[in-house]
Amino acid sequence: MPKVTMTVNGTSASADVEPRTLLSQFLRDHLRLTGTHVGCDTSQCGACVVHVDGRAVKSCTTLAVQWNGASVTTIEGLASGDQLHPMQEAFREHHGLQCGFCTPGMIMAAVDMVNRHGGVPDEKTIREGLEGNICRCTGYHNIVKAIGAGAAAMTGGKQAAE
Amino acid sequence: MSKTGIGAPVRRLEDHRFITGAGNYTDDVNIAGQAYAAFARSEHAHASVRKVDASKAMKVAGVVAVFTGADLEKDAIGPLPAGWMIHSKDGSPMNAPGHPCLVQGKARYVGDPIAVVIGETQAAARAGAEALEIDYDVHEAVTDMMKTASSPIQLHDGAPKNTCYEWELGDKAATAAAFKQAKHVTKLQIINNRLVPNAMEPRSAVGDYDSGTGVSTVYTTSQNPHVARLVMSAFLNVAPEHKLRVIAPDVGGGFGSKIYVYPEEVVCTWAAKKVGRAVKWTAERTESFITDAHGRDHVTTAELATDERGKILALRVHTTANLGAYPSLFATCVPTYLYATLLSGQYDIPAIYAEVDAVYTNTVPVDAYRGAGRPEATFVVERLVEVCARELGIDPATFRKRNFVKKFPHQTPVIMMYDAGDYAASLNKACDIIDYKGFGKRKREAARRGKLRGIGFSTYIEACGIAPSAAVGSLGAGVGLWESAEVRVNPTGNVEILTGSHSHGQGHETTFAQLVSERLGIGIDQVSIVHGDTDKVQFGMGTYGSRSGAVGMTAISKALDKVEAKAKKIASHLLEAAEADIEFKDGAFSVSGTDKKVTFPEVALNAYVAHKFPSSEIEPGLKEGAFHDPANFTFPAGCHICEIEIDPETGVSEVVNWVAVDDFGIVINPMIVEGQVHGGIAQGVGQALLERAVYDDSGQLVTASYMDYCMPRADNLPSFKVDTTVTPCPSNPLGIKGCGEAGAIAAPPAVINAITDALGHENISMPATPQAVWQAVRKGMAKAAE
Repeated sequence: MPKVTMTVNGTSASADVEPRTLLSQFLRDHLRLTGTHVGCDTSQCGACVVHVDGRAVKSCTTLAVQWNGASVTTIEGLASGDQLHPMQEAFREHHGLQCGFCTPGMIMAAVDMVNRHGGVPDEKTIREGLEGNICRCTGYHNIVKAIGAGAAAMTGGKQAAE
Repeated sequence: MSKTGIGAPVRRLEDHRFITGAGNYTDDVNIAGQAYAAFARSEHAHASVRKVDASKAMKVAGVVAVFTGADLEKDAIGPLPAGWMIHSKDGSPMNAPGHPCLVQGKARYVGDPIAVVIGETQAAARAGAEALEIDYDVHEAVTDMMKTASSPIQLHDGAPKNTCYEWELGDKAATAAAFKQAKHVTKLQIINNRLVPNAMEPRSAVGDYDSGTGVSTVYTTSQNPHVARLVMSAFLNVAPEHKLRVIAPDVGGGFGSKIYVYPEEVVCTWAAKKVGRAVKWTAERTESFITDAHGRDHVTTAELATDERGKILALRVHTTANLGAYPSLFATCVPTYLYATLLSGQYDIPAIYAEVDAVYTNTVPVDAYRGAGRPEATFVVERLVEVCARELGIDPATFRKRNFVKKFPHQTPVIMMYDAGDYAASLNKACDIIDYKGFGKRKREAARRGKLRGIGFSTYIEACGIAPSAAVGSLGAGVGLWESAEVRVNPTGNVEILTGSHSHGQGHETTFAQLVSERLGIGIDQVSIVHGDTDKVQFGMGTYGSRSGAVGMTAISKALDKVEAKAKKIASHLLEAAEADIEFKDGAFSVSGTDKKVTFPEVALNAYVAHKFPSSEIEPGLKEGAFHDPANFTFPAGCHICEIEIDPETGVSEVVNWVAVDDFGIVINPMIVEGQVHGGIAQGVGQALLERAVYDDSGQLVTASYMDYCMPRADNLPSFKVDTTVTPCPSNPLGIKGCGEAGAIAAPPAVINAITDALGHENISMPATPQAVWQAVRKGMAKAAE
């Protein structure tokens, strides 16, 4: 079995895995980082989004062995100690979650969206940017609000360049 | 109002674990030495299983065991039962065959589990399931609910004409007489499309058996763990009730689909004992599509009779309801007592008659999905009312107001006694917020941009706070629908609430704590809510039917009354005053007219120390329980208005404006209530525009993934304008009506009424996909050209 080594949430993690092991399985089953969820197995729902080398990746549809040597951040690694990431804080403040199952993927996708836009995206951009994340509870209303607020907190409120 | 009491938009206490990835869902549970289950499922919609040959599967590396229906039969593991008896109009009891947890004889839908393979790993179990050789005798399938009753294909020996029941409600003769008197009759053919609930967390179960204590434990994705335990012990013989622990930890959405006991958790619990180690199973999404109970799926003919002034005289419906292949736990009550009893809507209708034929087809069982019967009733009533108003040339808002129930209590002709409401208040407020008067201008402006703009109303009512036990018992329910609670005050003054309600997104850990904070004058951080574990909570009926506020919180409130009464007695000894002179306010007991007081935590400590009162009169400790059985259903109601713009060139409908004004009675946490409304509307818009479960003639579900079944996404929806009016509910001390299902009930007719307004004709069904709307636009143009 191939050995996979990657940095996960700042810590080196290594395991011998079957070649078919998905990144989501590596995180959940080998590292017991169960904050990353699997909701659809077909890369539609986005509950499994993590950051790989700073970019959002759907971890249920990529092999762990593809990311040997990469740096992975999961929802468990987003806060700095007790200090929540501004996007986490915004989801709580704006009631951007109900059952919480899609939430880790939503937050990781939202942080990536803001990183890509470099400012506060408008509502239309946020809604289009959530095309790859499904929530069944919130009707997205408060997720959209939370992402706007989280983006403002992350970027000091400047508007995204269109 | 305190910052954390009733009415405050308190940020949720449960959120921290969810936003940091520290939630604990069933699939996150791992037990040392656990094996994995994979289910081999019927690939045919209707087939006798002649033989399951496991010899090759057993040779797959890592396969531990294979079990079939015969093994369940040997251990007398019973079939899944129907929990609500319905009688046909001829008085005969319904035909409700049980559903074996693994096929015994015939498979009756694609996905019906035939065998389970237990493996060292998930991959080994799945490889073993692939290697099973199943010999089928394939039969023809029937999937069309309108053809099944006359089909030569017979699903169950005990259900002639593939019919569960032919039921009726209301006064047939009085309704027929009213129709004879009518000046106008509006008639509609209505299809309520079949939906897949699609909670984002797939169902999962981890069964375990402790040979030392003889206790079976199952972690499962359940909305009502005690009911699951009851069914698994009393009906299925998996383990005696006192030797079975059901834990529903964090559950990632339910919407009804996680009320029922499914084969998989039964088999995992039973198999754990067989193989001597924990057994885990988690659905893949396609497995969810072909095994989770579906929702809705009605075909209805509906007629509304009015006089010359547009006063409603009578309503008559005939509905065929598709139950799928087996009667799921609450399936039989959904198209009857949760449906036809709401056909009066918000209106004063003198005569109503409903007939419902519930039939079996070779499809996944259908059961309650958010709203459960009430969305189907609301769609019938609100489409009829809208179309009737249009046919009579009366403004749809005016038509509704003319026919609203205005005096309470109001006895409808279909069982329900509406207790309180002000329907015109919600409608008027919604019209103000959306600027109904300005709609014509907006429509003309849209036309200049080449868009067809329409407006649609939905003034819905629902029966929630489910339910008064004796009443539902008289209608056939197999259980009572009260709720229980226990208040445990610890010696240090903090409080644990044990509740039979279950939270899977509703925020009970916050709202229930708000009630305790308000009542006991302690901070919400001093309260913890314990739910979802049959070993901790004595009993409970779980969460569905918007019952947790009205029924579950009332049980807590009653237990708090008892705590307060006892604490008052103890305080009187501490303060050396007569009990009648003790007042409790803002978390302190005081002697009226003096400044002598003692805080709630001090009383709590003294209750356990028991030095300062005669324990011959007062028992030490401070812990009280209560069961609450509601006196009536609650009746949330409101008005939703939707504005839609259609692009006639592409058929794409865009929801451009949405106003909801709901009367939920007293609101505990407006932030959480608004969130419930948002989510419900999204599911209703999904039903109206996007979602539909489709079977082909052979019984294959062709919409069994998110590539094929269109879930609402963020860019399908607008931001919503949500407001409330308040008439407190008179049947519970908190005045709560419930809010969980309102959006899903209200939304579909609002959307379709808006689309038909834009189209200028009524010829469109749900889901109004771009293709369907485009065709409807063409039809409208052709008609206009005639």
